[in-house]
Formats: sequence, C-alpha cells, structure tokens
Amino acid sequence: MMSHAAYVFASYAFAAVILAGLVLWVLVDGRNRRRELRALEEAGIRRRSQAGGETK
Amino acid sequence: MNENSLAIRKFSDLANPTRFLGLSALVLPWLAVLSAVLLAIGLYLSFTTEGDYQQGETVRIMYVHVPAAWLSMMCYTVMAISALGTLVWRHPLADVAARAAAPIGASFTLLALVTGSLWGKPMWGTWWVWDARLTSVFVLFLMYLGLIALNRAMDEPGKAAKASAVLILVGFVNIPIIKFSVEWWNTLHQPASVLRLDGPTIDPEFLWPLLVMAAAFTVLFFTLHIAAMRNEIWRRRVTSMRRQAARSAGREA
Repeated sequence: MMSHAAYVFASYAFAAVILAGLVLWVLVDGRNRRRELRALEEAGIRRRSQAGGETK
Repeated sequence: MNENSLAIRKFSDLANPTRFLGLSALVLPWLAVLSAVLLAIGLYLSFTTEGDYQQGETVRIMYVHVPAAWLSMMCYTVMAISALGTLVWRHPLADVAARAAAPIGASFTLLALVTGSLWGKPMWGTWWVWDARLTSVFVLFLMYLGLIALNRAMDEPGKAAKASAVLILVGFVNIPIIKFSVEWWNTLHQPASVLRLDGPTIDPEFLWPLLVMAAAFTVLFFTLHIAAMRNEIWRRRVTSMRRQAARSAGREA
C-alpha cells in the first residue's frame, strides 16, 4: 500500500510528463515543418498562390 | 455596409491560412506566458491550501484531475464546432483546427483517466470500475484515438476532412452522456460539485486552486491548439509543394 503522498506525487508527475510531452511535440513538429518549408523554398519551389509575388 | 456583414468579413478574413499564421504569431507568445504564470500560481495554491478532513492529501489530485477532465470535454466540443465549420461553411481552417485538436484532446483524456485511477485507489479502494462516468470517458478516449487513426489513414486531407467531421459530430452525443452520467445512473464517481445549477458545493479552500488550475489548463490548451494548427498548415504546404515539385520534375523529364 502506497502512502497518500505517493498517489499525489504520481498524479502530478504524470501530469508533468503529459504536458511536457505535448509542448515538446508541438515545438519539434513546428521546427521540422518550418525546416522542410525552407528547404523547398531554397530549391526554388513556390506554392501557386505565391507565384504572384506574395512572400509568405 | 452594416455592422453584421463587417463582422462576417472580418471572421472570413481569419479563414485565410496566411493571415491566421501572421495573427497567431503575435498572440502565441502572450498565451504561452499567460499559461505559464497561471500554472505557477495554480501549482502554488494546489500545494499550499489545506488538505481535506476526510481525504487528506489526496484532495490535491483533484487540481489536475478535474481540469484535465473538463478540458477533455471542451476539446471535443471545439472539434465538434470545427466539424460544423467543415461541413456547413467549408471554412478552410476548420478541418485544420479539428485535426490539430485530436492528439491534445486524447492527452488530456488520458491524464484525466490516469489521475482518476490514482485517486480512486486510495479513496475508493480500486483503480477502476466500469461505472457510467468512467466508461463514458474511456469511450471518449477511444474516439480520440479513432479520429487520429482515421486522419492518418487517409492521404488526402480534403477527403479525410468530411469523413472525420461526420464522425466527430456523431460522437458528440457522448459529451452530454459524460456530463450527466453521474446523475442519470448510479455511479461510484461523485456527482458534479462545481458546475451545477444551484452553484458550487465545494469549499472555497478547494475551489480557488481548482479554478486557477482550470484557467491554466484552458489557456495552455488554446496555446497548444493554435501552435498545432500552425504546424498542420505548414505540413499541408510542404505536401502540396512536394507534389508540385514532383509534377514539374515529371514535365521536365
């Protein structure tokens, strides 16, 4: 039988893991997508809507 | 031009993904700071307020469990509104919003389930029972997973959008079932003590940390959701640019 404090600690630890995971996922995903976009733009590929001179 | 049509035009301006990216870049840092501040205050209150005379220290689990459970339902509601946006108004950002929300909703639901289990063991003497509240929240978790799987299974976002919007709206029936399960059926889970017609029945000592944590979770949800929507827009741009590159490469060959 765990002490009550252990249940409280486990709950907050799990919350920290989930929330940190979400923040990390959003940050890493965003960084990777922006990197891909930059690489494509450097290769000279433009979206159709950008052909008219729109920058981003 | 009357005020109403001006408001509609402003709203549809937001539908432009490029404008959304620009606006959200301005708003995101403020939302991130606000959620960090609220979370810090909420955590401070969660650990400085008194324990319950019956539950002791374990009452502190409530300050993460209840906001997570609220957010799991609010996220699904946001997705249902987005689904309407996809089906009725064909709003270009609606599907992006629904798709970006699903993993966040699944995470909050899992958090509510696990912290509930960790609270149930010392207080009820069991990790899990198949009562109406716990079962309906578990079904909500499965629905989030199903929607994520459906989105991943279809390559074409346009096709996946309609199918998942219909599924989201059908699944919305579960939200009132979750909310009222504790009143309609005899459950081990307690009935609502904050969001009730006759006002909160919870002691102010516990209400304050709970409300601050709920506000923190809500702001954090919108921060994550907006950031995930930006990522989804970029993901779609990368896909369409790659397709275009492949097409022009084929033409040159």
